[in-house]
Amino acid sequence: MNHWLVLPIVLPAMLAPFIVLAMRHDLVLQRVFSIAGSFALLGISIGLMMQAASGPPQVYQLGNWVAPFGIVLVLDRLSALMVLLTSLLAVIVALYATGSNWDARGRHFHALFQFQLMGINGAFLTGDIFNLFVFFEVLLIASYGLMLHGGGAARMKAGVQYVVINLAGSTLFLIAVGTIYGVTGTLNMADLAMKVPLVPAGDQALLRVGALLLLVVFAVKAALVPIHFWLPGTYTNAPAPVAALFAVMTKVGAYSILRVYTLIFGGAAGDDAWLAADWLLPAALVTLVVGGVGLLGAKALTRLVCFSVIGSMGTLMTAIALFTPAATVAALFYLIHSTFATAALFLLADQITERRGSTGDRLVTAPRFAQSGLLAGMFFLAAIGMAGMPPLTGFLGKLMVLDSAREADSMVTIWIVILVSSLVAIVGFGRAGSMLFWKSASIPGQEEPQSSARPVLPIVAAGAMLAGMVALTVFAGPVIGYLEVTAAELYDPVDYIRTVLGPDVLAAR
Amino acid sequence: MEILIASGVGFMTASGVYLLLRGRTFPVIVGLALLSYAINLFLFATGRLVINQPPVISDNAAGYTDPLPQALVLTAIVISFGMTALIVALALRAYLEVGSDAVDTDESGTSENSGQAGSGGNAA
Repeated sequence: MNHWLVLPIVLPAMLAPFIVLAMRHDLVLQRVFSIAGSFALLGISIGLMMQAASGPPQVYQLGNWVAPFGIVLVLDRLSALMVLLTSLLAVIVALYATGSNWDARGRHFHALFQFQLMGINGAFLTGDIFNLFVFFEVLLIASYGLMLHGGGAARMKAGVQYVVINLAGSTLFLIAVGTIYGVTGTLNMADLAMKVPLVPAGDQALLRVGALLLLVVFAVKAALVPIHFWLPGTYTNAPAPVAALFAVMTKVGAYSILRVYTLIFGGAAGDDAWLAADWLLPAALVTLVVGGVGLLGAKALTRLVCFSVIGSMGTLMTAIALFTPAATVAALFYLIHSTFATAALFLLADQITERRGSTGDRLVTAPRFAQSGLLAGMFFLAAIGMAGMPPLTGFLGKLMVLDSAREADSMVTIWIVILVSSLVAIVGFGRAGSMLFWKSASIPGQEEPQSSARPVLPIVAAGAMLAGMVALTVFAGPVIGYLEVTAAELYDPVDYIRTVLGPDVLAAR
Repeated sequence: MEILIASGVGFMTASGVYLLLRGRTFPVIVGLALLSYAINLFLFATGRLVINQPPVISDNAAGYTDPLPQALVLTAIVISFGMTALIVALALRAYLEVGSDAVDTDESGTSENSGQAGSGGNAA
């Protein structure tokens, strides 16, 4: 067995208690270990990605129990990609939290941060659906702590709502998993893929109830309409680096939908094939519309970014809901892009808010603030990325989504909704940008001195996310090449099932 | 026995959902607790209700009961217990800071407190 596979979970899991126990009073040491841990994670995930790219999926049997009796971790191209994306984001967020002193506003930021990474990586790597629930809980528990980091009344109040909705979501997850287990008698994803086609007709209704309840749970995480209401409140009130890290949390929902509804309820599932598509597509399109409306109505910058996140999840889920290999390539490409763009926007919004003093992030004119030109340029780049304007990845991603929707039945609806919502996003971001930077520039008032004392690291961290978008644009060819094989693997999961359950398992099928 | 378990799960879920939809934190927390009890009972029943059968392999057993749901229930109990404790502490803290135990964010409630929330907070 390849023990590297379990490291993205074990490393943060060891580092977090170490930070709590050995260095709880020394913020500098916490920062050093947290950042070093994130860089180590990045190295490991690059290594895993290279392994995944060069060979078939790999399996790690925890405790050496053979699947489906024990819990397995599976590394295939998709999970390697998601783990790499998480660790890239982790490095940036750790640097930003350190540079902007967010981690000093409360206690145990870095410990919770490492626990959060453990949960996210675990959710991406696990091959067992109950284990997925457990890792969801790990990442949620850590996210509760992170979301409340720094305290304050508004944050507490938003925190209670966030916890309640996620506890309700966890309850639904358990009902769904229990129902599926009751019908099929297994929780291993590969084994479920084998058992679902064999479910007797009498139990089909029960199985579908379980499968669709599971879709609701994942949709809560992915902030799909009608269960997106938690996102704006949570993300506006969360500390900025946490909001940036949460950019990958919504993607956990998207990943789970992609994994479960291609592997278990995919083409080989007989009567239940592509079960999710009928529900997902309308929900995704409505999500896009809601994101656009919220974007136009937002009175504050962070809230505007929140609704642009909802809109980008709508685009992503539209592409996933088509359930074709080409659309999945587009979805995955857009997923990488929207993680970068979301994180960059949240970090920039925080920098702008901090510099505007008492005006905060409200979209009203106010005197010019320090480094306004630099931030305007970065905000412009991030905004055209998010809105899907050329030349950045948002444009490429949306173009691929539109192209892959060409043969779909609902092609006209999809095109209209995506194109109109992109226009709305341009208008919304344009309005915000001109209000923040241009109209404010002409207001008389004392300008803050261009202090050189401002920390550089936060700007560098936000800039690195933008650089990620530029790099993704430049290397779009090789990335899409990788994603094409990934999508082919997802839609023909023979290798995945063979890896987990043994080479002979498909002979009977 | 099936009727008893099923109506127990149903009744607790119904009460839990009703309480969850109330506007104050205490009923919501009790609702979540009831829901998690309902789930525990439900998970327990997913292995089918079998009486007087061993859960582990033995030579002279006529049949078996499924041991896995009990492991799942145990995990679910631990997690829901921890979560209930967390949300009780959180609700108390939010009550002390906000001065109200309403769950929903009304416009006035958030905007007047947003100044204290640091740079991340803003009006709803």
